[in-house]
Amino acid sequence: MRLEIRHLAKAFPPGRRRVIDDLSLDITFGHVLALLGPSGGGKSTLLRLIAGLDLPDEGEILIDGRRMPADEPSLRAHRTGLGVVFQAFNLFPHRTAIGNIELPLREVHGWDAARARARAMEMLDRLGLSGHAGKFPDQLSGGQRQRVAIARALAPGPGLLLFDEPTSSLDPEMTAEVLSLIDGLRDSSTPMILVTHEMGFARKVADSVVFLAGGKVLESGPATTFFAEPSTPEAGAFLSKVLAY
Amino acid sequence: MRARFLVLGSPGGGTNPRVAGAWMVLLLLLLSAACVTVLGSSAALTRGGWESVWAYRGVLLRGWMLTILLSVLALVLSLLIGLLAALLRGSRVIPLRMGAILYVELIRGTPLLAQILFLYYAVAGTIGLQDRLAAGVLILSLFAGAYLGEIIRAGIASVPATQIDSARAVGFTPWQTHRFVILPQALRVILPPLAGQFASLIKDSSLLSVIGIGEFTLAAQQVNSATYRTLESYLPLAVGYLALTLPVSLLARHLERRLHPGD
Repeated sequence: MRLEIRHLAKAFPPGRRRVIDDLSLDITFGHVLALLGPSGGGKSTLLRLIAGLDLPDEGEILIDGRRMPADEPSLRAHRTGLGVVFQAFNLFPHRTAIGNIELPLREVHGWDAARARARAMEMLDRLGLSGHAGKFPDQLSGGQRQRVAIARALAPGPGLLLFDEPTSSLDPEMTAEVLSLIDGLRDSSTPMILVTHEMGFARKVADSVVFLAGGKVLESGPATTFFAEPSTPEAGAFLSKVLAY
Repeated sequence: MRARFLVLGSPGGGTNPRVAGAWMVLLLLLLSAACVTVLGSSAALTRGGWESVWAYRGVLLRGWMLTILLSVLALVLSLLIGLLAALLRGSRVIPLRMGAILYVELIRGTPLLAQILFLYYAVAGTIGLQDRLAAGVLILSLFAGAYLGEIIRAGIASVPATQIDSARAVGFTPWQTHRFVILPQALRVILPPLAGQFASLIKDSSLLSVIGIGEFTLAAQQVNSATYRTLESYLPLAVGYLALTLPVSLLARHLERRLHPGD
């Protein structure tokens, strides 16, 4: 998958500081692209722009050569074709685990009830959650909730999966549970873009890395090269800090 | 602290519902005993009081029914007005937003009695609204709509932004986002105070007696002037209102417990 970004800018709050500042990038990755960098560097904002949840102030994004639209109906179609997992509170609390997966299949993708139910059950099975189908989100652990959220994102068969720090609100045990699940998804053919603070994990699953700081791309390329010998002093300092322990 | 002193005022926090229920029954018994005492002495003084009021039971019953009708109509209409006010308050169009704020502040800043007098005598006549009942329902709805608008707005605001992100991320349209995500979650927050507001509406409708709508309070006043029996006219009035508001308050408390079991 090829991700091209040209002179992208996004201020947040609107009109204030530029969180993404004249960012350009051209990277082709195999399966997993990790967006890394210090907090406030623009990783999550970039992911939201790729997800079509926000519009850039300037610039453009091309995914496999296709320019991302700027009008809401086309953006909605774009969002329909991908899966997003946020930090937390992904699930709709008034729907059961299986209801959370079925609802978009029926209402957005137009599946009939039987097909949506079968697919939702299959996803829960695959992610080891079949015993929790009828539970509401507040009856699930944090790790289980994130796994249901991943099941919901995967169910319609998206062309791209986006993860925005999917484990940052979890304790270490649950983090491991979710990370091993994401690791397992590498076998599927769905490409993933991942914002994470789990550097060891990024090193393990990512084939390519984009290092962002101050709203710009400082470095991008194969993960092995990035982790072995980062070319910018900022990336080097960042890695030595986060990998020190 | 509060829960321990005000058994009935605690929203279930820390107080065993059975203990609270037992207290309620006990207090109701005491209250009934007090009433019986008052009634007994009053009956001794004014023999035949109840018989003369009993002759007018049809008037009271019709008034009571009209109060129910007025309240239900006003509830439906005020829900629509409240929903509109809540949505307009969130509008990006400044005149609409300011209009909604002005409406809410004007209504909440003036007494209902003043609104009834002003809107009925100064406005309704001018715009050619002759029907008392229609005017009454409309005034009551405008009044309650301002309060409901704030309740609905708070309910919608209580849905976290991450839920809206998730809804958009799965591909929902704005309408689907409202239907499947925002409103069902807002409803949990809205329902208990909404039931409470309905109880207020029932009581507030008594003020419509001042513009000559023959609802429950006016009916009791008429019975009183026909029979000269104050206690026998007004005690059924109080009981009649309680018969309506108590179930609604109990419903509100039940919803509160069911929808917010953790609080």
